[in-house]
Parts: sequence; C-alpha cells; structure tokens
Amino acid sequence: MQCPKCRAPMQSFSRSGVQIEQCSGCRGIFLDYGELEALSRFEAQWSQQAPPPAPPGPGAQSYPSPPAPAWGAPQQGHHGHHGHHGHHGHQRGFGRMLFSS
Amino acid sequence: MQQHDAPDPTALTTALAGLVRADRGGHGAPHPGPPGPATDPLVLADRADGTVVRLGDTVAKAHAPDCDAAELALRLRVAAHPDLAGVLLPPLPPGTVARLDDGRAATLWPYGVPVDPDAPDDAPWEAAGTLLAHLHAVRPDALRRSLGCGPLPTARGPLKAARAVERMRAALTAPAPAPVRARPPEPASAHATTPHAVAAHLVERVWAGLPAWCRAEAGAGPPGTDVPPTPALCHGDFHLGQLVRAPAPYGPWRLIDVDDLGTGDPVWDLARPAAWFAAGVLPPEAWQRLLHAYRYASAERGGDPWADDPWPRLDAPARALTAQTAATAVAKAVAEARPFDAYEEALVSACARIAAIPEHGRGDGRTLVRPARRTPGKRTPRR
Repeated sequence: MQCPKCRAPMQSFSRSGVQIEQCSGCRGIFLDYGELEALSRFEAQWSQQAPPPAPPGPGAQSYPSPPAPAWGAPQQGHHGHHGHHGHHGHQRGFGRMLFSS
Repeated sequence: MQQHDAPDPTALTTALAGLVRADRGGHGAPHPGPPGPATDPLVLADRADGTVVRLGDTVAKAHAPDCDAAELALRLRVAAHPDLAGVLLPPLPPGTVARLDDGRAATLWPYGVPVDPDAPDDAPWEAAGTLLAHLHAVRPDALRRSLGCGPLPTARGPLKAARAVERMRAALTAPAPAPVRARPPEPASAHATTPHAVAAHLVERVWAGLPAWCRAEAGAGPPGTDVPPTPALCHGDFHLGQLVRAPAPYGPWRLIDVDDLGTGDPVWDLARPAAWFAAGVLPPEAWQRLLHAYRYASAERGGDPWADDPWPRLDAPARALTAQTAATAVAKAVAEARPFDAYEEALVSACARIAAIPEHGRGDGRTLVRPARRTPGKRTPRR
C-alpha cells in the first residue's frame, strides 16, 4: 500500500489489536473505518485502569508490561504492572550502546 | 567508537574516496551536488571491523582485514537480490567487491540517513521489527537456487559474541591502554578489584554458563531443541546503527551492513534488543513496539512463530548478548581508561543477575531449553 501523501510504502502493524498503516516516508498514519474508535475505546479503558496498578494476567490489553526474563532489571514489569516508565532517569538519549555491536 | 588496531585512517579514507571517484568516472554517473560532503570525504565510522566514508550520495566501506571476500561477495548478491528489495539496502551496481591497495575488501553503497541518537522518540522501532520479520521470511533455499550459488554463509551472531569475549580478555591483558594518555600501570593486586575486572569476572561467569550453541563452539548444535528446523536468513548484527532511510533523506527504512548476514536462528536478531530491554536500557515500550511489529509482520508472511511470551526462546541468546555487550563495554572502557557509563553499568548489573541465577550453567549446558510452546504471559522457564 502506498502513502496517499508522499507515495512511500506504508507498513502495517498492530497496536492493541488494531491494525494501522504507517508511512515509512512521512510517518503519517492511516486508520481503517472504525479503528480510531477502537483505539479511543482502548484509551478509555487504559485511563480507567491507570490510577491503581492494572491487574496482571493475560486479559490486560493496553500496554501491559512486556514479559521479561527472570534476570530482567528490577524496575521492569515481571513482578506485575508498573505503568509507564518514568523511572528511566538516564534514558534521555540512547547511548552509544544501542548503535553498536 | 573503537579505534584499536585501525590502520592509518587518513590513508584509508583517501583510498575509499578514490574508490568512489573512480566508480563515478567509470560509470559516467557523476552526482556533483553542492560543495561540502559531495567533494570532501566524511568518515561515518572507523572501527576495527570496518571503516565507512561518505562522499556525496555514495558511501564506501572498507571491510575488516580478515573478512572473507568470497563470502562477502555472496552477501552482496543477496543484498542486491529482488527478494530482499525493500528489506536490505542494495549495493550500488554492479555490487561487486573491490580491493584496496592494502588488500582490504571494499564495497560501495548509496548514502542513507541513519537513526538520530538524540531523538529517541523518533527511533523506527516498528520499521525495525517489520524489516527483521521480512528478512527472516525469506527462504534461504529458494534464494540460493535463484542465485545459483552454493550454501549461503552462516549468520555470525554467536560468533560475534565469542569474539567480544575474546576482545575483552585481550584488552584486560594488554600492557598499556590508550597510547596518548599513557598512565602508569596499576599494580596487579589493585587490578583484581577495579570495576572493570569485577565486570569481566561477571561476564566470564555468564559466558561459562551458556549452552554451547550460544557460544559458537565447534560442533555445538546438539539434538532436539538446539537447531531450528528451518534456518532463516538473519542479519547477524542488528542494532540501531543498522537502519538508514534511503534514498536520503525521506526514503523508507532499510537494513544495512551485510557483513554478518547469513543463515541461522532468527532469534539472534531479536536477542540484542531483548538484552537491552532486560538490562533496563531500552524502555519496555520501545521493546514492545519492536516485538509487536515483528510478530505482526511475521504473521503476515506465513506465521508468527512466537508464543505470547517470547522469552523461552530469547532467554539463552539474550544472556549471550548481554555478555557480549558487557564484554564490549569492558574492552572499550579499559582501552579508553575511563569508567563505565550508565548504560554499560546496566549491562554489567544484568550479568550479575544472570550469574546469580542458581540454574545458570548448571549441569550439562542444556539448562536453557527452548520449548516449542509455553503457556503465555508467564515467566522464564527455570528447569
């Protein structure tokens, strides 16, 4: 599929179970009919869940902490859901590490 | 950037720029452009495993001195193959390997815009996942038949991990660090307690506890779970420096650097970001975006091989890449006579956590099994 704006190819990917197309050129996003509503619905669910920690388990949909190994960094969610990652104090740039072998 | 045992960079830059100019002359395809980068060679990377120089819209790469030119030529043909269009950046035609005066292999590529290290929010995690999935979906056998060649080279993921550990050992035993900042050597007794030495000890413990197939040991590939049924085409050295937008500046993202490309277990291409995530240097959200895109695009191309929890498959290679990244950090920090930065510390801490797992390395080296299916949403297998 080609981007209607800049003609670059669009790439499909899934967010919270909704398939969206993003242009690899201008990064614009195309939503099919009803997908915006689906995303809004997920957002509403997420806001409701946000104040208390979201219940763990396979049912949690919107941005659950991804599974992590037993040796994962302690701040990550393998002991439950910690919401967003405001604790990455050093996470301003990327560090050279992410750009080399 | 690692600078160790790099030959005279100026001579190499000149040689690479000469190669670009000769190519333009030979093909009558001048792209003069404005003065600046078009006429003055710009060194994009200068490492022991490759020096990359940009001249206008062309990039020339001098490959590692020990690079196998025949394998490199085959890897170039793979990058130029129509099956890889939209995935790998193709070399400039005719896509052959040139020889520099010093004997090093060199190749020519179109220039692409890399990921901006200062704009983490713009990192193309979806594109990265999609590109890796599309790469892994290429059938090596069909590709080989189409190319009319022998076996494709092996992806060098595990080998690179082994090399990094060797490099760490060499750096620790090297007589003096940086030539410019000569410092008096530390007494041997003090050495054992430096943060670098402690980190190296942890890396060694992680490394020793890995199953053989993760250490690129000869003959490693025991029965059952250790060899994937169908080897896939793998990048072999994926990181954020391996993505460019081409044609510059707004073209689609493509994977670059085919030096380690080949057949193997695709899990190695995901294991490095997995290791970053597990070490806490990659935010969970970024990891999630990469993984989502990878699984989605894999499913589109014939099946998502991963259960909801990818860690049963990722765990052992991610441990290996944690050791590799920490080993590289030790080697660099020692060579540059500097302390670890926050990211490197995080990787060393991850090594400490792996080494502290009682099961790590216990028994016959098959502790880290990779079951085909697991109940989703739970933790790493500990058996």
